Formats: sequence, structure tokens, C-alpha cells
Amino acid sequence: MGHRVPHVTHYLTEHFADPGYTTLSGYRAQGGYETARRVLAEQSPEEVIGTLKNAGLKGRGGAGFDAGLKWSFMPRDQAGPSYLVCNADESEPGSFKDRVLMERGPHQLLEGILIPAFATGAATTFLYIRGEYAEPARILQRAIDEATAGGVLGSNVLGTGFAHQVVLVRGAGAYICGEETGLLESLEGKKGQPRRKPPYPAECGAFGRPTTVNNVETFCHVPHVFARGVDWFRSIGTEESPGTTLFGVSGHVERPGLYELPLGTRLDEIIFEHAGGVPGGRKLKAAIPGGVSMPLLPAGHLDVPMANEFLREHGSSLGTGGVIVMDETTCMVRVGCVISEFFRDESCGQCTQCREGTGWLHKLMLRIERGGGTEADLDVLEDVAGKMEGQTICAFADAAAWPVQALLRHFRSEFLEHVRAEKCPFPESFEL
Amino acid sequence: MVSVATRAAIDAEIAKMPEKRGALLAALRLVQAEYGYLPPEVMEEVAQIFGLHPTEVFEVVSFYNHFHVQPRGRHEVNVCTSLTCSLRGGRGLLRQLQAYLGVRAGQTTEDGRISLGHEECLGACGNAPMLRIDDTYHLDLDWVRTQQLLDGLE
Ligand SMILES: Cc1cc2nc3c(=O)[nH]c(=O)nc-3n(C[C@H](O)[C@H](O)[C@H](O)COP(=O)(O)O)c2cc1C
Ligand code: SF4
Repeated sequence: MGHRVPHVTHYLTEHFADPGYTTLSGYRAQGGYETARRVLAEQSPEEVIGTLKNAGLKGRGGAGFDAGLKWSFMPRDQAGPSYLVCNADESEPGSFKDRVLMERGPHQLLEGILIPAFATGAATTFLYIRGEYAEPARILQRAIDEATAGGVLGSNVLGTGFAHQVVLVRGAGAYICGEETGLLESLEGKKGQPRRKPPYPAECGAFGRPTTVNNVETFCHVPHVFARGVDWFRSIGTEESPGTTLFGVSGHVERPGLYELPLGTRLDEIIFEHAGGVPGGRKLKAAIPGGVSMPLLPAGHLDVPMANEFLREHGSSLGTGGVIVMDETTCMVRVGCVISEFFRDESCGQCTQCREGTGWLHKLMLRIERGGGTEADLDVLEDVAGKMEGQTICAFADAAAWPVQALLRHFRSEFLEHVRAEKCPFPESFEL
Repeated sequence: MVSVATRAAIDAEIAKMPEKRGALLAALRLVQAEYGYLPPEVMEEVAQIFGLHPTEVFEVVSFYNHFHVQPRGRHEVNVCTSLTCSLRGGRGLLRQLQAYLGVRAGQTTEDGRISLGHEECLGACGNAPMLRIDDTYHLDLDWVRTQQLLDGLE
């Protein structure tokens, strides 16, 4: 890649302050759709997949699977249509990046869809967006309509002869529809209950056809990889986790919000330098690195680079990059109550371990918080959480177990204080 | 019977999908917008349009939080009570709202004005606490602002 490129390390959000960027003409004024046009006109699908694999782009929906590799699984020799699905269900508590990516850069997302659509030979992309996102859905539909009228989508994409349509589908309020096979069921007009795998979606996905599901942000990186090249992309972030991501910082910080930073940026740098640290001179007690499903880290473990290969060593994971900060007043049992209430309410109920387990975890947490718990309850919590791991149709049950296990690992003494005092010893904590 | 306009909108949704049933959620949303909720005879009509048994439609309706089989208030007010909003006072806001409106979450005010509820993370954690009134997000709330928003509802 001989050409010089400016060292932009906030490429996803670079133009987000410009309201015109959401329109087709405004997007084109920044060079938008030029990359997709060039790639579709000049490269073969195999070359495109090759570039994506070399880029090492990791999925940003939570599991961090290599995007190029996933696209390479799509069969290219089958008769009949295949599909892409853009997962815009974003419901992981602490995650709000996809909403902003859709509201401020809808055409960046569409351009990011077109390139893998071409590479996998997909006829249609279903953009499945959670029902609560009415405003982003309106903005996206307008962008889709404009792009279709302007020849960017449709039977002759950007004059290249490739045909592709994007269909916006709205959910109706169910967290589990973010799990990719729950999403596929919902897309088919059914209850969003996750499917047993195999078969994997690349073999049998939406409407029985080969399908690949990716997160909104994953798609948004793609045009930049091709515009500036693999070497440039790999120069940002870490060896294993290249590129930037949108860290969403919330909870007890001075400046909550989204920060686009290279993967591998240290968690304490994100919290203290970018988000302004904990307000009111209070101390930090713990932080969750990637949405409530990810195990929390106590103060003292925050010098970790935010990339899966490092977070793994601390027993956690990047998840969706939603950083939730808790100050010293925070009662960790209340945190457990709120998180386990969420999982109890959102279990789809197919697997006994998950349906029963999430109910038990919540009941025990509440009992301990209200002062009626015993020391034996802590062991029961651990036991129930342990039995939920790795036993179920989807990873929801693991995601319900991990935060509880991490709370007990790092804050067992707080649980014991509740048991001994027979009440919550944190009167200053947030209201439950 | 659903109106001609709603029926046309349902048909337009069906035309977008490879299989008819893929438009079921969209159809239910459209019908609910017309009636305010999903009465049994309307669900039966939807079942007919889709060639499904009414119980199949009912199963789907009961799975998703946004579908209602009972009449609702003129406005839906939903407070986010996820961890991120809770850390910044979301649950306190819900408690104040319950007292102010004289209903509990899940209930509708006697004048039929407001159905109060709480929801899981609405994806606006950088602006906590927040709530949703119908399709609109209201961010960075305190009690004074929340009261103003409520008082402004017809
Ligand atoms: C319980 C559960 C909820 C999930 N919710 C979402 C979600 O809201 N958005 C998302 O993109 N991925 C979500 N995922 C991950 C998807 O299953 C899937 O891995 C992802 O969409 C793939 O995209 P990526 O490879 O680009 O990351 C969820 C997974 C689980 C187990
Ligand atoms: S693990 Fe839970 S959410 Fe996932 S399929 Fe089983 S019951 Fe449903």
C-alpha cells in the first residue's frame, strides 16, 4: 500500500458532527460510496474476502469472531438466494454505539454492507433493528430509500451490475432477538427463540438459506479497510484486534458518552482521561468492560488494554465495549440484583437451566440484599451459576452466570457483610 | 376489520419478504397502531391474512413486550431501569413517577392518559437516566424535567 494516508484514528465517527453526513449527497461529498464502487468494479469476490481476512477485523457484536473468516464460510456455488443480516438489535445493557452509528452515519453502514454482500453474493440484507429504535429506523429507512433512488442499491449497484437490496425489519421488544439465531426466528415472524446449532446460519439461516449475521459496527469498519488499506488498518489497535472501536462509557463518570479509540486502549485511560474519572472526588470501586454480560473488574485491575487477548487474562472480555463504572458508594449486591433481574426477565425459557437458574439467581440476590440471606446462600449462588454455564442452547445462560461469578470472586466480603449485618451496609448506594 | 389503509400497508410489508410470515411482526405493529392494542378478533383476522392458526399469532404476540392484548393508555411512558440508568437514579425516577401518577409500573392511569412501565436498557446509557414516551427518547432527566414532560401529555 504505497500511498500515504492521514493518521486518522477516529475514522468511524470523523464526520458525525456534520448533520449533512446522514444524506446521500452529504455522504458523497466526503467521498462516500467511492470505495464500494471501486471494489465492486475492480475486484473479484475472492479478492475481497482475501483482503477482509488479512485485515483481521473482529466482529463487534460481542463474540469477537473474525469477520473475513465468517464471510468466507458462505457457499458460493448454490442455486437460490443467500442473505446477509445486519444485527441492529443492540440491547446489551451498557451498549449504545450502534444507535449512534445508525443515526449519524446511515450511509457508512450501507456502504459497509455492500462490500461483503458483493463478496458473499448475497441478494438481500435484512437489517434487523430493535423495536425501541424508532428514530434510528426512520433515519435508516430514509437512507435506504435515497440510496435506492440514487442507484446505490437496487438492480445495478453503483453501475457495477451487482444487484442488492436492503430490507429494514423492526423487532418488537425482546433482548434475546440479538442472539443471531433468535434474530433469524424473529425475522421469519416467529418467537425469537434461539436455534440449536448445527446447522450454522452459513448453511441454513434466514428462510432456510445461507446467511451471515454481523453487527452494525462490524459493517461500518469495512469501507475504511478498503479505502485506506490493510496495512493502515492493522497499524491501529493491537496485533490480534486491529482497528478502533466505539467505547460507550456510562455510570459514575464525569463525561459519559461514546469514545472512538484504538482497541487495546487501557481501561483506566478510557475512564479517567477520556471520560473524566469519577465525579465528586469519590473513588472508583469496579468497572464492567463490555456490557453487563461481561465479568466485572475491581479497581486495581483497570490497567488492562481493552482487547480480548488481554481481558481474557483478567477473566473478562471486551463484549460490546460498553464500559460501566461504579464508584465507592455502590453496593455490589444491588448491582447483582439489577443484573440478575434483567436476565430473569429476558430468558426465552427454552432451557430449564436458564429459565430456572436466572430466577434463582435473582431471588437469592434480593434475599441477601434485604438482609435475609445466609452464608449458605453464597454457595447456592455459585452452584446455580456453575450449572448454567455451557449447558444451554445459546450463550445467554453463560452471560447470566458470569457476572454473578465475578461479583462473588471479587466482592464476596460485601455479600458476607450483608448476611452478618442482616441489612445492606451501603446506605449511600444507588436506589434499587 | 382492519382498515383499507392498514391492509395495504400490511401487503406492502409482505411484498418485501421472501416468505409471507416474515411480515407478521410488521403487520401486528400496524394493526396495533390502528386499534391501540390487539383485540382477539383482530388477531384472528391477522391469522387469516397470513394463513396461520390464531394460536400461532397469539404465541408470537405474547412473546414480544411491545404487543398488548388489553387496551392501553394514550401514551406509553417507560423508564429505563437497567444497571446503567439505575446507577444514575433511574429507579428513583420510576418511584417518583409511580407516586406522582398514582399507579404502579404496568398500570394505566384512571383517565386513560398514561400507561406507566419500565424497560430494560434502551441504548442511551451515555445520557442516563432516561425514559421513552411513545417513540421518543428523553435524555439526561431530573425530576423537574420529567414532571414537565408528563404534564405536557394530552
Ligand atoms: C444473548 C445474546 C444477545 C446478543 N445480542 C446481540 C446484539 O444485540 N447485537 C449484536 O450485534 N450481537 C448480539 N449478540 C451476538 C450475536 O449472536 C452474533 O454473534 C453477532 O451479531 C455477530 O456479529 P459480529 O460477528 O459482527 O460481531 C448476542 C449474543 C447473545 C448470546
Ligand atoms: S439459554 Fe436461555 S435464552 Fe438461550 S435458548 Fe436457552 S432458555 Fe433461551
